This record gives sequence, structure tokens and C-alpha cells, in this order.
Amino acid sequence: MDGFEATVAAIWRVEAPRLVARLTRLVGDLAVAEDIAQDTFVTALGRWPATGIPDNPGGWLWSAARFGAIDLLRRRDRQRDKYQTLGVSPDKVDTDMDLIVEERDMGDDLLGLIFMTCHPVLGPEARVALTLRSVGGLTTAEISKAYLTSEATMAQRIVRAKRALTTAGVRFELPDRRERAARLASVMEVIYLIFNEGYVATAGDQWVRADLCTEAMRLGRVLSGLVPDNPEVLGLVALMELQASRLRARTGPDGQAIPLADQDRTRWDRLLIRHGLNALSRADSLDGGRGPYVLQAKIAACHARASSLDATDWVLMAATYDTLSLVAPSPVVELNRAVALGMAYGAAAGLALADQLVAVPALCTNHLLPAVRGELLHRLGRHQEAHDEFQRAAALTDNEPERHTLLGRARDCAGHDTPHAGVG
Amino acid sequence: MRYMVMHYEDDAMEAGEPPSAETIEAIGSFITELSNSGVLLTGEGVGPSSQGARLTVDGGHITVTDGPFAEAKELIAGFAILEVASKEEAIEYAKRWVNIAGVTKVDVRLVAEMPGD
Repeated sequence: MDGFEATVAAIWRVEAPRLVARLTRLVGDLAVAEDIAQDTFVTALGRWPATGIPDNPGGWLWSAARFGAIDLLRRRDRQRDKYQTLGVSPDKVDTDMDLIVEERDMGDDLLGLIFMTCHPVLGPEARVALTLRSVGGLTTAEISKAYLTSEATMAQRIVRAKRALTTAGVRFELPDRRERAARLASVMEVIYLIFNEGYVATAGDQWVRADLCTEAMRLGRVLSGLVPDNPEVLGLVALMELQASRLRARTGPDGQAIPLADQDRTRWDRLLIRHGLNALSRADSLDGGRGPYVLQAKIAACHARASSLDATDWVLMAATYDTLSLVAPSPVVELNRAVALGMAYGAAAGLALADQLVAVPALCTNHLLPAVRGELLHRLGRHQEAHDEFQRAAALTDNEPERHTLLGRARDCAGHDTPHAGVG
Repeated sequence: MRYMVMHYEDDAMEAGEPPSAETIEAIGSFITELSNSGVLLTGEGVGPSSQGARLTVDGGHITVTDGPFAEAKELIAGFAILEVASKEEAIEYAKRWVNIAGVTKVDVRLVAEMPGD
């Protein structure tokens, strides 16, 4: 990419989401708005080499896009007149020309766009792709690279998603108060899906995958700017930033996973931690924070604040897990609660809860439960049982480095040939 | 990737003259826009050099000199750290900064990652 192309690509990334949002409000339909935005950039690519890139590219693009939009709306109006002459009643089309010149609240435009790309009529994959494309300003090539699919597949997914919105009659709108919480939950879900795709990636180009985390955090911050009074949105931002602060420290030079206990905490990203803790305290000041994202962020904050594993406030963490297990119960939350209880009140307390989880179907085929029980049993001096649990965990994981680590733990336990009953 | 965008002082800033009310408002709305774009991680501005000091090292000996310092155009007035996808994107934001704040010189520098990152 030469300097000019790179600059135009950067302008696209900065300007396209707002341009598309504004156009979508104007013409109602996302696919049409995207087409106009694309055409506008093509025009710019043709003109700017001769005229130079304008000082205010956003303003230039908007006035150019406006012509495309007005033209389209006029043609639609004529079409409507034609229908009316024929006595047919077409769908009502909002063509409020004032909107074109009026400086409306850009935030509302962008928020409306996000609600559209995260619309519940779309499946999770479609929502993710469309959000990254239209709100994130990523190119289809960038998205397909991050999701390890071909560009053609991703392009098709995006086209289908837009078509699905058109077919379902989804127009630009800001959901009313009743609907808003549910729609916002869908938006947060999409952003956290994107984040986790990058965070738990075990295959492919790690660097590209980590970029998904960065993109999700950016989208989260955008959302928290648009909906500043929502503690869960702030909680989501804090959660992502606090988790991502450990990204650099959780992978070794050969790509192996480094568990929290062994991470070099000086490699944690202090800037993200500070940003995340700020978001969390803002969430706290709004309602005390009892939603699932805020609670998970509080748990992540216990790690982020601690200079070592021993210095971690495990009692606070266990208490937060207690609340989380009431607000958003899940087998994985229970398992993590067992770990926290084990650290706060001794291995026996953790094992008591972990033992209750043995019958939970969702955990049966997962390596996490035997790995946790192995650690707790090991700390209690029940080495033979711990050994068996680590072996079981190793057999259940399909991640090779993880299997290696678990088998190593099993061997550690086998070294203790005089099992005795101890206390954690 | 992260870029540090630093702008330089001018004589008015160095003299401690406050910017005009319009400028302050424009800067405020620009910072809001930056953080709402999700790219602003942190940023600060600094006071005139008369309120600061400079350390110079010569042969292992440290000399501390109190401000003010001459050549205002060589003094950093503030910085922002942006999380962006490319240098060009950082430059786009820096351009807006130049237009809004009326500063005359801005450096855009890649924030170095630790080896192994």
C-alpha cells in the first residue's frame, strides 16, 4: 500500500462508520447507505490524486455522499408518485430533506447503526461481521483474516446480513425505552463475542487474533461514549480492558499458555489497567454495579490490582463470585467460584464446591473441572487422586500445550508417593 | 498499535496565556470525540516551562536547571496516546488536533513495545 492508499484507508476507517450511520438515518436502509458510502470513496479515490487530500476529508465526503443520497431519495419519490398514480400504496418512505442539511446528533446516528448491525433478526456470526464492517470500519479482507476465512466467504456473509435486514424490514431506528435494554444486551453480546474470539484463540495467527480484542475494546469505548449512563456498558469496557491487560504476559515465546500464577506481572499493560479501573469505578458510581459484566470486571480487577498471586484479595473475589453465581449462574462461574473459595478459605472449601460439580453435564467433557480438582486435591496432600484428575484433564483437552502442562502436573503428583491427609 | 501524539508549545502557551474560550471549547469537544471514537487511551497537557525543570547529565554528573527554557517551539506542550490500526490513522487524528487546537507542530511517534511482544 503506498502512502496515498494508506491515508485513504485510514480516512475510511475514521470516517466511514459515521458516514454510513448518517446515510442510514437518511435513506433508512443499511445496504443502500453502504453502497452510497462506497461510491463516495471511489469518487474520492479518483479525485484526490489530482486535487490533494482535503484538510477536512470528513466534510468533503459528507457533501459528496449527500448528493448520492438526495439523488436516490428523489428517484424514490418519483417512484412513489408513480405508484400513487397507479393507485398502489407502497411502503412509506421517510424522505425528510431537512435531515440532509440539518446537523443532527451524530451520536444518535452511530447508535442507531449499532442497533441495526446487532439486530436480533441476525445470527451471531452475521451480527459480528456486519458490526466489524459497518461500525468498526474494517475492510472485508481484514475481517476475513481475523476470522480465518476466505474473503469471498466473509463478503458473502456481510451481503447476506444486509439483505436479511432489508428483507426483515429493519430500518434505521432508535429503540424505545421498553426495547432498549434488550437491544443493548444484544450489542454488548456482539462486542464481547468479538473480544473472546481474539482472547481465547488457540489457532491461527496470534497477532491478528489479538487485534480482534483491540477492535472489541474500541467498539466498547464507542458504545460507552454513546450510552454513558449504563453501568453494564462500562462494566463490559472494564472487563475487556482488564482481561486484555494480561494478553502480553499470558503467552510464552513459543506460543505456550502461561497460567496466571506464573505470569510476569510487570508485563501487564498498565495503561489498559488504569483505563479499565476508571471505567469500573464509573460503573460503580452509577448503581453499585450488580450486573454480570460489572461483576466479572470486578473479579478481573482483583487480579489487576494485585502485585502477586498471594497479594490478591481472594476474599473479595470469592464474595464477587458468590454474587455473580446468583446474578448469572453457569457451571463455569461455579467452577471459578470453587477456585476463588479454595484460595480465600483453603483447598477444602474449594473442593467441597468442586465436588458438587462433578455431576454437571456441561462440565463432564471439559478439562477444566478435573484440572481444578487436581490442584485442590494436590494442595490437600491427596496426591494419587490429584494425579488421576490431572491425567483425566490432559485426556480431555484438545490444546496441545495445555495437555503438556497438565501431564507435567500429573507427574509432579506421582512424585509424592506417601499420600497423607493434609489441610489446604 | 499505539501512537503518542505530541504537540509543541508556542510563545503564548509558554507565556502562560490561557487559550481563548472558543479554543478551550473546541479542544474539549475534540477530546470527547476522540474518546468516543474509542482511540484515546490517555493524554495530558503540561504547564509552561517556568513551572518545570530540566535534568542534564554530563560525565555521570546530573545538573538540574529550573525553567523557563528558551525556544518554546522545541518544548512539548502535551501528549495523547492513541490506539489505532496504522500510522496514517494516527496522522488523521493529529491533523484534526492541529486544526482544532491551532498548534503549529505535532509529532506522531510509535509507542515501542517490549521485546517479545
